[in-house]
Amino acid sequence: MKASLLEARRHPFSFLVKMLVYLAAVVTIGVLLYMIGFIVVKGAPHITPDLFAWEYTSENSSLMPALINTVIMTVLCLLIAVPLGIGAAIYLVEYAKRGSKLVKVIRMTAETLSGIPSIIYGLFGYLCFSTAMHWGYSLLSGILTLVIMILPLIIRTTEEALIAVPDMYREASFGLGAGKLRTIFRIILPAAVPGILSGVILSIGRIVGETAALIYTAGTVAQVPESLMKSGRTLALHMYSLSREGLHMDEAYATALVLLILVVCINGVSDLIAKKLEKTG
Amino acid sequence: MNRFLEIFMKFLFFLAACTSVMAVALICIFLFANGIPAMKEIGLWNFLSGTVWKPTNGYFGILSFIMGSIYVTAGAILVGVPIGLLTSVFMAYYCPKKIYTICKTAINLMAGIPSVVYGFFGLVCIVPMMRDLTGKDGSTMLTASLLLGIMILPTIVSVCEAAIRSVPEPYYEGALALGATKERSVFATVLPAAKSGIVAGIVLGIGRAIGETMAVVMVAGNQPRMPKGLLKGVRTLTSNIVLEMGYAADLHREALIATGVVLFVFILIINICVSLLKRRSDYES
Repeated sequence: MKASLLEARRHPFSFLVKMLVYLAAVVTIGVLLYMIGFIVVKGAPHITPDLFAWEYTSENSSLMPALINTVIMTVLCLLIAVPLGIGAAIYLVEYAKRGSKLVKVIRMTAETLSGIPSIIYGLFGYLCFSTAMHWGYSLLSGILTLVIMILPLIIRTTEEALIAVPDMYREASFGLGAGKLRTIFRIILPAAVPGILSGVILSIGRIVGETAALIYTAGTVAQVPESLMKSGRTLALHMYSLSREGLHMDEAYATALVLLILVVCINGVSDLIAKKLEKTG
Repeated sequence: MNRFLEIFMKFLFFLAACTSVMAVALICIFLFANGIPAMKEIGLWNFLSGTVWKPTNGYFGILSFIMGSIYVTAGAILVGVPIGLLTSVFMAYYCPKKIYTICKTAINLMAGIPSVVYGFFGLVCIVPMMRDLTGKDGSTMLTASLLLGIMILPTIVSVCEAAIRSVPEPYYEGALALGATKERSVFATVLPAAKSGIVAGIVLGIGRAIGETMAVVMVAGNQPRMPKGLLKGVRTLTSNIVLEMGYAADLHREALIATGVVLFVFILIINICVSLLKRRSDYES
């Protein structure tokens, strides 16, 4: 204590800066904690069985259909985007010549895609899938829009995971007489699984939290649709509609809490995988 | 047979790699093809510099939304950059090892929270707070700036921290050895050396802020007029699209798509800046 006082007197400006640094950190973490605390305190009392009823009515404003839609959407999105993304990354890392023009173009476009805000994706999905393809507001339009949105994320993380696999593995496999394809599927991909998985989980987080890209593609019907060509809203959209209407604020708090819990879980899993990666790598 | 499979799979991988190129091309084609006719019909200059937006009367001027986007983003930068930068310094140089993982997890979590939850938090917490503070409507430019400032914090913190950590240790140690205090060493030698990385982080934050939609719609008031002050409501490019797309038709709809085109061009410019800065910081290290 005395030492720090002395330090403060000798270098008052340094001391001030130090305090500011600590203050900033406290503000950052504090805002997060406050936000989580606020939503937990206001939302927890309103988590009732009604909220998880199978059918949505304007009285219970159940989030169950939205939750089911979110799961359907996430699964189908990943089914399309993961093979595509991994395939693209395999081509970029294993097949393409380093520094070729094509690789540069692909990398640049992937980078561009990852910087585009979700409302632009939404606009594109609306123009391309809902209007030009005449699919209207449907799960399928929403899914394809999200696929394009998460593709760059999966490509990038898979690329990094593939690059991290030591060349020794490849050489040993070729040396034993395995073909390129066999090497990729038997040796390289298994070694890269944790890295790929962390990218996939990050994309799940983005799908679960997405609103702007879905509002004019998947639409806002609060039921589980009978087919992919019908509209259905995800949890994040459900939450947006609730708070826009302003009639069911208690339910909105509870929905926010559920959404928050989902995101915390997704983040926790990705942290776990990252830790495992550090240990093995 | 095997040979055939090898070639076939290579082709398949190649096709997969081309999807991202195709996606960008499609996005450009659809946006420009649907947006440019409206710009022509309204007149590019009228569209960009008009301050009146009355779709029912045929007035389509988006200058007020452009200004709204710029003001709100500037406010978010004013809020987010100082706090974010100082926090990243804390993470890199001051944070005790024991709580570092906790802090890192918290920042990651902050980045993962969906924007609609931020918007909701703004709507139910910051807006009433502002209303009590100012005695007027709480959905203002200030509220939106504050909320966006919070939302871009994780981006700025993680990019700046990475930039600060990539500065070679001897810079810091050398300054300490010359008798500078820890603060002086960090702020006068390390930060300038990490400059381009930090700027890249800030520009990335600008991109986030300008493209953010749902959170802004929920707290900014959305009045379609020129922004008049910190404590007045604004409408941004993004919220204009989301608010009116649902019921717009004909020229109105096309004008909204053209709004998206303007936003898209903004974002492309920002993206180019980021990649230029990244290249420079790679080159420096």
